[in-house]
Amino acid sequence: MDAKTGFFYLFSVVLLFAAFRVITARNPVHAVLNLILAFSQAAGIWLLLKAEFLGITLVLVYLGAVMVLFLFVVMMLDIRIDTVRQGFWKHFPLAALVGAIIAFEMALVLMGGFRGIDEPKAMTAVVDAAGQAVPYSNTKVLGKLLYTQYLYPVEIAAVILLVAMVAAIALTLRKRKDTKTVEAAMQLRARAQDRVELVKMAVTRKAEPVAAAEAEEKKA
Amino acid sequence: MTLTLGHYLTLGAMLFAIAVVGIFLNRKNLIVLLMAIELMLLAVNMNFVAFSSYLGDMHGQVFVFFILTVAAAESAIGLAILVLLFRNKTSINAEDLNTLKG
Repeated sequence: MDAKTGFFYLFSVVLLFAAFRVITARNPVHAVLNLILAFSQAAGIWLLLKAEFLGITLVLVYLGAVMVLFLFVVMMLDIRIDTVRQGFWKHFPLAALVGAIIAFEMALVLMGGFRGIDEPKAMTAVVDAAGQAVPYSNTKVLGKLLYTQYLYPVEIAAVILLVAMVAAIALTLRKRKDTKTVEAAMQLRARAQDRVELVKMAVTRKAEPVAAAEAEEKKA
Repeated sequence: MTLTLGHYLTLGAMLFAIAVVGIFLNRKNLIVLLMAIELMLLAVNMNFVAFSSYLGDMHGQVFVFFILTVAAAESAIGLAILVLLFRNKTSINAEDLNTLKG
């Protein structure tokens, strides 16, 4: 058993343990911290698979940004854990059975079918203009693919991120009702004819009829 | 005993199974449901990277890149909805979400 195999089993065991703790942890903060551990182990396994760029991306983007977002949200919410945990173990036998069946059957098929492929295939060698083989660089190859063949998908991914950002902000934005700020849009939209109204009135008032005035006096 | 593609795929399958069990167990806790979905996506990504490495094809890793992007967007919007939900109902219990009578 060489070092690579040893590291694979180490990462796998820690990964599966952390994943199990994520789904069973009582405290949501512990769940998030275990999820961070699980993702870091997955990054290690990806490094073993020579996918360096994605491994580092997983650490930077997922552990650095998404998990911290999770952590913020979990810490800000005041979760009453008892109501949420009610009946937690009620369905555990069924869930464990389903999970075991899924894992067992998939492992059976996958170990049977893909045992033969035991050597990672070398990526196609890149040859420079002088005809010399360039040392393989995962990041370089990935970047070249992303910015040539997959250029439009990359643009779409960027738009998806933008939409997600706008949606998240728009969903959680809350306006204060008691502030007295002036609304710039309303001010810009103001027009003179809306502000000043010219009313045409007669210069003199018409005198009231005399009989009516006398009747009023009698009443008084 | 050398590492084969089957080892990595089996690891992905086990991770996926754990995530499924997590969804079964935490039916009420929305935040752990989101985390279980993240674990499922991680399992899928693991398979993609393993195939990409063992078959010598970089396109699998490109696909993982896009999955990561969409997963980040999904979790951001999911957490925003969660915060909104908590603000309105003061609970993250999935069983309180019965306004639509579905």
